[in-house]
Formats: sequence, C-alpha cells, structure tokens
Amino acid sequence: MYAYDEIDRTLVNERVSEFRDQVKRRLSGELTEDEFKILRLQNGVYLQLHAYMFRVAIPYGTLATNQLRALAHVARKYDRGYGHFTTRQNIQFNWIKLAELPDALADLAEVGIHAMQTSGNNMRNVTSDQWAGVAPGEIEDPRIWSELIRQHTTLHPEFSFLPRKFKIAITASDHDRAAIKIHDIGLKLIKNEKGETGFEVLVGGGLGRTPFIGKTIKHFVHGRDILSYIEAILRVYNQYGRRDNIYKARIKILVHELGIEKFSREVEEEWQHIRNSSLQIDDEVIEDIRSRFTYPSYEKLPHNPDELRQAAADPDFEAWRKNSVAPHKVQGYSIVTISLKPIGAPPGDATAEQMDALADLADKYSFGEIRVGHEQNLALPHVAKRDLPALWKALDKLGLATPNVNLITDIIACPGLDYCSLANARSIPIAQELTRRFANHELANLIGRLHINISGCINACGHHHVGHIGILGVEKNGEEVYQITIGGRADEGAALGNLIGPGVKFDEVADVIEDVVEAYLALRERPEELFIDTVKRLGVEPFKERVYATR
Amino acid sequence: MTSPLEQKKIKIAGPSVVTANRTWDGIVVYRTAAKSWSADLSEAAIVRNSDEAKALLAESVADDVGAIGPYIAPVQVGADGRIEPGNLREQIRRTGVTIGQPAQV
Repeated sequence: MYAYDEIDRTLVNERVSEFRDQVKRRLSGELTEDEFKILRLQNGVYLQLHAYMFRVAIPYGTLATNQLRALAHVARKYDRGYGHFTTRQNIQFNWIKLAELPDALADLAEVGIHAMQTSGNNMRNVTSDQWAGVAPGEIEDPRIWSELIRQHTTLHPEFSFLPRKFKIAITASDHDRAAIKIHDIGLKLIKNEKGETGFEVLVGGGLGRTPFIGKTIKHFVHGRDILSYIEAILRVYNQYGRRDNIYKARIKILVHELGIEKFSREVEEEWQHIRNSSLQIDDEVIEDIRSRFTYPSYEKLPHNPDELRQAAADPDFEAWRKNSVAPHKVQGYSIVTISLKPIGAPPGDATAEQMDALADLADKYSFGEIRVGHEQNLALPHVAKRDLPALWKALDKLGLATPNVNLITDIIACPGLDYCSLANARSIPIAQELTRRFANHELANLIGRLHINISGCINACGHHHVGHIGILGVEKNGEEVYQITIGGRADEGAALGNLIGPGVKFDEVADVIEDVVEAYLALRERPEELFIDTVKRLGVEPFKERVYATR
Repeated sequence: MTSPLEQKKIKIAGPSVVTANRTWDGIVVYRTAAKSWSADLSEAAIVRNSDEAKALLAESVADDVGAIGPYIAPVQVGADGRIEPGNLREQIRRTGVTIGQPAQV
C-alpha cells in the first residue's frame, strides 16, 4: 500500500472544500451549467441518462480495505447500494445527487480517495498492472512510477486543458495486463544492457471511433528522464493536437497524421530543451516514493500445503483454483482474481455488502489489500496457499466465486444504453444473455481462454476492438444493431479485431456468438489452440461462412 | 438510439416533449405547459411542429437552475391522450434500466 503524506491529504481536502463551494453556487444559480460543467467534470461528475454519475479514481488499481469500505459506504448512503468497476481502474456510482456530492467526496477524502481528473480533457487516472508488486518476473513494482507520474500530473496547469483526455498505463511484466498498447502513452518497464531501469515508450494507442495500436516512440528512456520525456510528448500534443474537431483531438490522430517518425523528431527536439531541467528525477525522489509502498511481512510457507492438497479432491474448488489463482513472487502465496462476472449479472458491478465483505476477507487473507483490474474484476494480491480453500468458501457465499476468469463468460462490458447518455445500444443485457448461454462450466472450460468485449457505442468503453470477440452496439433506423469482430486482443500482442459481416439484431447476438464458438471448436487443430490463435491462423472467412450461411 | 447530445437541428416528425435532468438530484424531468418541470411524462407539454419545439426548448434552456441538458424527445400520444416515450432511449429514461440492479437481485 502507498501511504499518502500531508501534501496529498491537504490537496484532496482543499479540493473537496472548493467543490462544495462550486456546487453551492451552482444550486443557487450563481453559476450556470455552462460555467459549472467543466468544474464538475474535473471532479468526475457526468450527467447520464437517469442521474449524475460519479467516477472515483483507484490509482494503479490499489485499494486498502478502509478505502473499499468507504466506497461501500458511498454506494449505500448516497447511491443505490452498488458500484460499477470500469475498464480503467475507476468505480462509478450511477445515481448520485449533485447536492450530496460534496459530502460523498468528503467521506472519501477521509481515506485518501478522490475523483480528480477522472473526466475532462486532462491526464486521467494512471493505470497499471493489477498484479503489480506481486507478479513473478516483473522488473520492479510499476506502481512506484505510476505514483511519480500521478503526483507530477495531478492538477498540473499545463496538462489541465489538453486538446482531449489523456491516458497512461504502465506495466513491468512481459505479459501485459494493463493494456498499454491501447493507451495514449504506454510504458513498459525494462532494463538496459547496463542493468539500469527505464522504459520502452509507446504513443498513440487508443480505441473509440478511430482505433490505433500504440507505436514505440523510444526503445529506452532512463527512469530519471521519464517525466521530461512524457512532458515533451504532452507539449508536442498540446501544441499540435486538434482542438477544432473533438473526433480528431486525441493524440493517436496526431501521431497518425504526422507519422511516428516526424512525431518522434518533434518530441526529441522538445525533450532536449527540458531533459536536463528540474524534471530530471533524483534517486532520492524515487526512493522516497518506494519507501511509501509497504509490502507484507510474508511468512515462509510451503509451496504445496496440506490444506491445498486436501481441497484438490473437491472438483468445484479445483475449477475455481485453476481459473482464479495465479502464481505469486513469494513461495507459498498466490494472487487470487475475484470474478465480478456472476452468471446473469452486470459485468463489473459489486454491491455495498459484497465490498464490505471483501474488505473483511482482504483483512483476513490478503494483508488488507485489494486490487482492481481493467477486466472489471478484483484481486486479492497476497493470499497464503493454505488459506485458498477457506477463502473460496467465503467468496462462494458472497456470490463471488464464479470460476470463469479468462473464460467466455468473463465479459468486459460498458454500461451501455441502460445508463449512458452517449450509448446507442444496450451492452449489459447482451452480456447477461451470453453468460447464461455459456453458463455450463464444462463447456466454458472446453472453449478455453476467450475474451468477449461489448461496447454500446463507438466510443468503445467496453474495448470491443480488442476483444477476441468484439461486439459493438449501434443504432440503425431506430433499432439496436450489433457488429461482431473477431481476432482482437489487448495484451502484448495487441491487435484490432476484424468485422465478420453485417450487423445483427439484439435478439440474434447470442445465437451468432454461439455459431462463432461452434465454428472455433470445429476448426481448432487441437484443444490447446486458443480461439485467438485459430482466428489468426484461418482469418475471418470460415467464421463468416458459419454465421451468415443460414442468415 | 442517436444521442440527443448530437441533436443540432430542431426538426420534429411528430409529437414531442422537452426533457432534461433536474439540477439538484439529476432525475429525469419533462417541461410542463405551466413553465415548470415534472418527473411525470403525462404532465409534459406536447409540441407538434418545429416552431413550438424551438419555443419550448428556449424556455427550458433559460430555466438553467431547474434542470440541465434539455432536449427535444419524440413521444407517442394514444387515442386516449396517454403519452408514451417515442424510442428505446426515452423508454429507459422513463422506466429505468432494462436489467435488475445488483442491490435488488
């Protein structure tokens, strides 16, 4: 966990007071909505279909149990008893009253949580690998650098009025769980030949109506130079990024139009002006941040304890363990992913009761720490293997032990037309129906790793372009129509999916996905060949034939 | 449903209302003939041509403290005068999400 200092606490508290005054002036009419809109957006407050939506940041996806309980408290006291975990390590509350928002913010501030820069044209929540600090083989904990960037960019005046929103993600592992290639800037921690820590820097990734996979702009930037290099990128973007057309304002468009070579030359030129400035990071600064991350006092535990061996006789436990439990860097411990995708439920939603109970379980089994992943699941990062059977039983009672992590029912979905004012079509009911169709665990297991991503509009909050199967809801002649893509992926091999054919109606989507899956099962060379690999080998055509031959 | 946030020209094809969200709590409201806001669609003022729609929208926009984000939305008016939302988006705004909310499941 990271321990905030007095500066952080003061900043957050002052922000609450400021927003309280702004809300008061808005409600009295002293501020018009036009004047107030940018202020509320800078505090994570959107207007959605039914009410205001309040988006709270979970920097680099790390939560302490008192923070999770505070989120449960906000859900219970100010909302309708639940929250929605998003694809960017945020949580959203759907039914907040503007008049009560300052109180909700004040309650969150008590535990160091805020909503700064969770919307608006500024630097958004810096995200990272939800297994940061515990994944075997990572270069080092990427949250140290995430925190450095968070501190530098929070309320930075130069980055508060960018042409458009700006998102950074960081990973330190070869397997990318942070989806860095679909971010405005993606950072991969690496070591150079001298053993020094630095970053491969990618730029210009993003989804939305014009999707691009990020391109490497520099193969190695030394850690001490990362702030100046990011700042150089942002300065070039700030100078040349389009402000006249919202659809062309993201950095990905600028990188595409200039070309990566010209863009990188511009960045390099800017960087030479500023790299040897106060932006160069002293080792002491990094060490100070590093020292504020505390790690558990792990016990020396056996690799395969008796409790685990005995529980292995229970097929239900084994089904859960195989999909939810991952290796930890410390022997005798595991990382446990908690599926927020129960069959028939909205992906990523958790009730206040579940959040409170999870906080209790994290205190008991995970040294008081919870993680939030971009796949809309949670994780307990430090679970002793001997405790896995007991944890599984407790999670099962809460409805949080669905053994479907990374399987076809582990669906990423945006709120869609049920909540979102930008949406053209519903996402959640499609996800619910698909989870029912593939509820049989034997079938889901037979299919293997398969990610379905659903977005209710072209803004792509459900990351449909990079789903192994992507589903995009659009509107055609007043009806919801869904376009299906296959072959996308969000990891280190990031790729955009390809359309398989004409859009299909709401009621047909689940049938079409069943056809795609049946085609895969018939076409794969062996059971170990994943869906994504079969699509890569054969292309779209055989799937298209299967789906449209009878339609 | 095409988002009304992209609504640039006021051109109506049938009976319509002005809808918005109430400023202090964000709930869905409709402009009434009494120059007020109501959460009840049956109390909404109905407009039937572009001039009426423009006038009702202008009046709604002016009431910035009462409600935010006003726009014109289609409705269907039955033979008995009953008003129903004219598309899925407005149906969802009126009756709520089409899924169970987790806390209620």
